[in-house]
Amino acid sequence: MKHENRFSSVASRIRSVRLYPYRNVALTCVLCENPPCVKACPRDALTQAQDGHIVVDEDKCVGCGLCIEACDFGVIMLHPLRMVAIVCDLCDGSPLCIDACPEDALTLTSRDIRAQIKRVEVAKKLTGGSSEG
Amino acid sequence: MPYGFMGRILYIDVTERSYKTIPLDEGFIKKWLGATGIGIKLLMDYQEPRIDPFHPCNPLVFTVGPFVGTMVPCSSRYGVFAKSPLSNLLGEAYSAGFWCLEFKRAGYDALVVKGKADRPLYLYIEDDTVHFLDASHLWGKTTWETEDTIRRELGDHEVRVASIGPAGENLVRFACIMNDRYRAAGRTGLGAVMGSKNIKAIAVRGTGAVEVAEPKTLQEKCLELYHRLQGPATTKYRTLGTSANILVLNTAAALPTRNYREAMFDGALQVSGETLNEMFVAKIQACPSCPMRCEHVAEVKDGKFKGTTVRVEYESLWALGPYCGVRELDAVIKAIELCDLYGMDAISTGVVIGFVMECFSRGLISREDTGGVALEFGNSEALLTMIEQIAFRENLGSILAEGVKRASEKISGSIDFAMHVKGVEMTGYDVRGLKTAALGYAVSRRGAHHQTHGAYSFDLSGKVDRFKAERGRGKLVAESEDIYIVYDSLPLCKFTRAAWKGLEEIAYIYNLVTGFQFSAADLLKSAERISNLARIYNMREGLTWMDDTLPPRVMKDPIPEGLAKGSKVAPEELRMLILDYYEARGWDSKGVPRPSKLLELGIEEYIPLISYIAR
Repeated sequence: MKHENRFSSVASRIRSVRLYPYRNVALTCVLCENPPCVKACPRDALTQAQDGHIVVDEDKCVGCGLCIEACDFGVIMLHPLRMVAIVCDLCDGSPLCIDACPEDALTLTSRDIRAQIKRVEVAKKLTGGSSEG
Repeated sequence: MPYGFMGRILYIDVTERSYKTIPLDEGFIKKWLGATGIGIKLLMDYQEPRIDPFHPCNPLVFTVGPFVGTMVPCSSRYGVFAKSPLSNLLGEAYSAGFWCLEFKRAGYDALVVKGKADRPLYLYIEDDTVHFLDASHLWGKTTWETEDTIRRELGDHEVRVASIGPAGENLVRFACIMNDRYRAAGRTGLGAVMGSKNIKAIAVRGTGAVEVAEPKTLQEKCLELYHRLQGPATTKYRTLGTSANILVLNTAAALPTRNYREAMFDGALQVSGETLNEMFVAKIQACPSCPMRCEHVAEVKDGKFKGTTVRVEYESLWALGPYCGVRELDAVIKAIELCDLYGMDAISTGVVIGFVMECFSRGLISREDTGGVALEFGNSEALLTMIEQIAFRENLGSILAEGVKRASEKISGSIDFAMHVKGVEMTGYDVRGLKTAALGYAVSRRGAHHQTHGAYSFDLSGKVDRFKAERGRGKLVAESEDIYIVYDSLPLCKFTRAAWKGLEEIAYIYNLVTGFQFSAADLLKSAERISNLARIYNMREGLTWMDDTLPPRVMKDPIPEGLAKGSKVAPEELRMLILDYYEARGWDSKGVPRPSKLLELGIEEYIPLISYIAR
């Protein structure tokens, strides 16, 4: 919606997948540290920005799809009309999908912070306490 | 083309294996609003009067509304219409899920399917192209196998499939159309119409976009609504779910039990939403665009039915549980799964089996007729066996597959306890002690149903005296029907209904999507027009005021116990309520829309037809 100004899920940069009988997951770019899509592009159309998101130079991209081959998560895709690679651009640092998710299932976090949170959680578990800090 | 619509009808003739698109103009859209109005209007226009529902020329119509495919919450719904094989009148059913999104993005607001294929086939609608693919390898398969097989063979996980099961193939008159595994266009037997055309499934994939008039404002509004719909107005749906009704209605003595013999079930706790959640619910998931979540997927983890996994809602739970006197919840879950797999309306299935259980208890049928099955109330094995027999039309199943009305005509002495209105089986509210709802059921355009009017809510909330039949209820029901038409048309899930700040807010969103300038009154006017069109359609197909009635048991046998003890709807009470309703609608005492009303609604073209039929 943000990028298209209309509703087109095939141009969406975050996708939900439902598997029967009742598994649901949302997938988008995981901001790899060493992104294979960037390496795969023969025309150097992809670069990684400071915050980790993949920048597509639409003038260089010819829609060959090698980046799609390279991505293990299926989260870089071709735009249905422009036929160039599209991928999550973090909406200028404030992803709208997070605002929209009614279940608060989505967060934007770094691997460092995620690991920190997990360490605190496990420390609590190991020590049996619940105090913060 | 106005925003929110794709501007095209897809017309498919499966006899000729040909298709074309028909443009949809703005005047037509403004007049008919969305899914419901467009569906009934297309049925009216594309169906020759009074044909048999299984005639190839009975059009099977699918419609979506302007909200489908946008981020408006709870809008992923579609309608299906055809002449109903149960009522020989308006067939109308709605389903939710992903199918409608792909269909709309393929570039259509409606689909009309006519004809009959010479051998089983399935349709694959891929944007502008329609493929007619052989389905002989799918014939006989369950709806779930069909969906999985089609996705696999088309090599596209994002293809969405609406299909029929063996029940639809075998022309079970209450067969349904299933999509996205758990969602059903359940009522009025439209799966049998699809089966009569030799169409096993309709697979869709669309890559287009839906454009709206005010995308930015709509987005902000929707984010606000997402949060509101997570609030107290909708808590019920994501906690206990609709199955909470089992205990609520049991307490109110409004839970139809053992074929309407009672209104309270001694096993209610065992099959309650509370027990279901505690013992079986594995996941509560949502349709696309829905922030509320209501879909309770139950999984049986051990015992005889281990591995059974299916969505459970109040109506299916009630019909196959209390209505048949069955209290083993795992068996009821299994029964619901079988209905989904075979593609049968679980409500009608339960009502038909409850009916035949009463026939058995009265000795009207014997073990010889049932193929040795002891069809006693509460016998869960008999329940499961009968579901199989109905789907495949074996033994007694071939009579029951005709629906409760036709079955009661064949089993002598059973007409008085055949629970249907206009041939469509009753749903899970004991209307003997819910008199506004009783009127709603009697006049409903698609036969016995609670979701064409929702009038039970006036009774149960205490807004009116539920045991009293009085003037004024006609107006309540008529208005409520029109509001429900607005929901079905746009479409919006009716579970959102407690969250809106009036119909004005809904009109505001309609305008953000379409760019029209509709007020709440305009929406209701369109809905009233649609109600009248449905009446005209039904009259064209043979309906008279005498069909606006209730099953004899509702009028004769009072509720035997509990809060509603002694309550029934006496014939003279019903007559008064119905006349009050006709008056509120601007219809004459025979339920015929007055010419002045049709003129007021801008559908004066039907005045000659109406006066011809009335004569």
